[in-house]
Amino acid sequence: MTVETHSNGTDELLDVDADLGDEYLTFSLAHEEYGVDILRVQEIRGWEAVTRVPNSPDYVKGVLNLRGAIVPVIDLRVRFNLPLEEYTSLTVVIVLAVKDKDDGRERTISVVVDEISDVVKAKLSDIQTTPKFGSALDTEYISGLADAGGKMLMLLDIDTMLRVSEMKQM
Amino acid sequence: MSIDMEQFHQVFFEESFEGLDVMETGLLNLDSGEADNEEINSIFRAAHSIKGGSGTFGFQNISDFTHIMETLLDEVRDGVRDLTHDGINILLKSVDCLRMMMTATSEGGEVDEDEVKTNFEALQNILDSDASAETVNDTPVVSDASDQPAAGWKIKFTPHKNFMQFGNDPVRILRELSGLGELKGQVDTSKVPDFDELNPEDMYLSWDLELAGEVTKAAIDDVFAWVEDESDITITPLNSADKKSEAPQQTPSSTAKKPTASVVAPVAKAAEKKDKAPAASSSIRVGIDKIDDLINMVGELVITQSMLSLLGEDFNMSRLEKLQEGLIQLDRHTRELQESVMQIRMVPISFTFSRFPRMVRDLSAKLDKKIELVMHGENTELDKTVIEKIGDPLVHLVRNSVDHGIEMPEDRLAAGKPETGTIQLNAFHRGGNIVIEITDDGKGIDKDIIFQKGVEKGLIEAGAKLSDQQIYDLLFNPGFSTAAEITDVSGRGVGMDVVKKNIMSLGGAIETHSVKGQGTIFSIRLPLTLAILDGQSVSVGEDNYIIPLVSIVESVRPKKEMLNMVAGKGETYKLRDEYLPIIRVRDLFNIPDAKADLLEEGLLVVVEADGKRFGVFVDDLLGQQQVVIKSLESNYKRIKGVSGATILGDGSVALILDIPSLIRMSD
Repeated sequence: MTVETHSNGTDELLDVDADLGDEYLTFSLAHEEYGVDILRVQEIRGWEAVTRVPNSPDYVKGVLNLRGAIVPVIDLRVRFNLPLEEYTSLTVVIVLAVKDKDDGRERTISVVVDEISDVVKAKLSDIQTTPKFGSALDTEYISGLADAGGKMLMLLDIDTMLRVSEMKQM
Repeated sequence: MSIDMEQFHQVFFEESFEGLDVMETGLLNLDSGEADNEEINSIFRAAHSIKGGSGTFGFQNISDFTHIMETLLDEVRDGVRDLTHDGINILLKSVDCLRMMMTATSEGGEVDEDEVKTNFEALQNILDSDASAETVNDTPVVSDASDQPAAGWKIKFTPHKNFMQFGNDPVRILRELSGLGELKGQVDTSKVPDFDELNPEDMYLSWDLELAGEVTKAAIDDVFAWVEDESDITITPLNSADKKSEAPQQTPSSTAKKPTASVVAPVAKAAEKKDKAPAASSSIRVGIDKIDDLINMVGELVITQSMLSLLGEDFNMSRLEKLQEGLIQLDRHTRELQESVMQIRMVPISFTFSRFPRMVRDLSAKLDKKIELVMHGENTELDKTVIEKIGDPLVHLVRNSVDHGIEMPEDRLAAGKPETGTIQLNAFHRGGNIVIEITDDGKGIDKDIIFQKGVEKGLIEAGAKLSDQQIYDLLFNPGFSTAAEITDVSGRGVGMDVVKKNIMSLGGAIETHSVKGQGTIFSIRLPLTLAILDGQSVSVGEDNYIIPLVSIVESVRPKKEMLNMVAGKGETYKLRDEYLPIIRVRDLFNIPDAKADLLEEGLLVVVEADGKRFGVFVDDLLGQQQVVIKSLESNYKRIKGVSGATILGDGSVALILDIPSLIRMSD
């Protein structure tokens, strides 16, 4: 399941000043590849049962105990309206640092994804803007598209995607 | 060698704010005629330390301002001046002004210069007015020169060579002198060596100064108090002919001087002004007895621990009993330790109450009312966070009582009440809660007016039947004010809603009782601490929930025949003579896998909140335990019916039920 990175090693060694780009942690969801800024990733854990929280949106699976902090768990399949699947031994939880755009506070939020793929470097110049799909598809939380070994990688803007104010709308 | 002074600023500000509180309380006591010399002395001492501290840290404006207050207080202390009611008012205003200056300095805000100037002049005016004449007769005339202000002083100030190595700064002293009166003088630079021989850490200058104005010798001595060992000081009155030297004239002690080859970088004093944000961390003062308790307990814990480890080294079943005993001890010590640690966070509510005497005094003067404030239970202890957050709501409520509650003196007399109204502040424990009551014997709340107002604002239907409590609750709606005219004290309807919100956010509740013509009681109920609670864990389906033990009355296994339906939907349970509405956690929280469906399959936990009783229906009771409250909001959001979360022994998360909010949800 390794994905080829976009540039080979020698190129990078020769061209020190090049736009090296940011690193992204990529993961798959229903055979689609997504990426998040690796600097936002705090930890990757295996799936384990969470405590359900009443009166929450359906994509909030519950909360888990992250060394004493209570962290909400969000199922990205549900969030993106993808078909649901049983959690397997490969199902992982990615713990992310999210900056709340409304009150500027940093929060810790975790997401459930199918499996972790790789760490990929994407140059800024390689990132395409997200095409518009009209009202049929909300692409607000996809910050751009990149190519990862021939496969399209959707880079997620997690601050927008995991807006707490949205979770508050019930 | 340079010391980072910033680290002391925090301490200085904390102590100074405390000093201001001391001054304020003292002044208020003076005002009510309870003053004795000790009171004046303590005010003076507080002012003196603030002056000293601010001077040391270079907060010149604060130091100057305090200085003039100190001068005035000094005269009062020496009995040369009587403090009038007006004088106390000015001093109180000056305390406020000083507080403003200090807040501005510590948080990097703007100082309101006009305010400072007004107060400064007011103080100066008192000092200039010759009030000493009346009291001269009863104070024995002391013919010591140091007590008598002269027309001016001649000061010869010769710092020793090592003056600056002790951290002294001549500029500070000169600045302070110039604050006393008009300062003229000449600097003697004759001893300054050639540049290549100059050691920047040595002192070569001396001053001949003339200080004009009515200054006591003691005041000048005060300025030099810190440096008299490192300098020669001669102070002589300008008008007197004889040269009376106070400090022994010494020959400069340094004779041998090694020229330094290199010029050391000058100590940058002025360049230390940093625009650093003030440290946000607040500190807490803990009584030494609490710390001693803690240390004792840790000692016990260590003993138990070593006993257990000794037992573990060579364990066999015959010693099982000893092991169990040890574990029980361990359990007890841990619990005691926990309680003691929690005690550290507890501070007496007098921290909040202490501001009210002043506030009531000022407000009643402004409104021409006569009000006496009585406080009880100031030593009741509350968690520090609760204390901080409860301050503003209490201010609002007390203001309301002063403004709307207590009537004008003539109205009171007409109503057959004593002219002076009474406001009582009461704090006491009840169950696991702290109750704070604000009672006034004023005109009470007119329910009809509130009802009408509520109808006008569209909050209730015109024909609605409301209980007294429901009517009073209207008061806490945003923008609800019944004051006929808006004063600058209260009446804008802002506030009461904030009061309720703040109290609710602390997990408390507020109740109102009022009798028209007799007065009003606002009763605030707050949890003792926000961090830990005793809980009963219950299960509903797969999930565990914690119900705070304080709200549980009892738990019963329900019998089918006691179930009654109201209009086919609302379930009530007849417990002895009472019909309890049933709240099903399963339905409120949409828990699909709840096991108990029929009443007899589960358990009914009888809870009480806001004076009402309910039966909370759960699958099973698990056990009682102390839980540490964790916030759901810090990473997620506030959930209705849930006050927080906690982590159980196995590391999983359990939600803590918020009973009052559950009851509201089921309404």
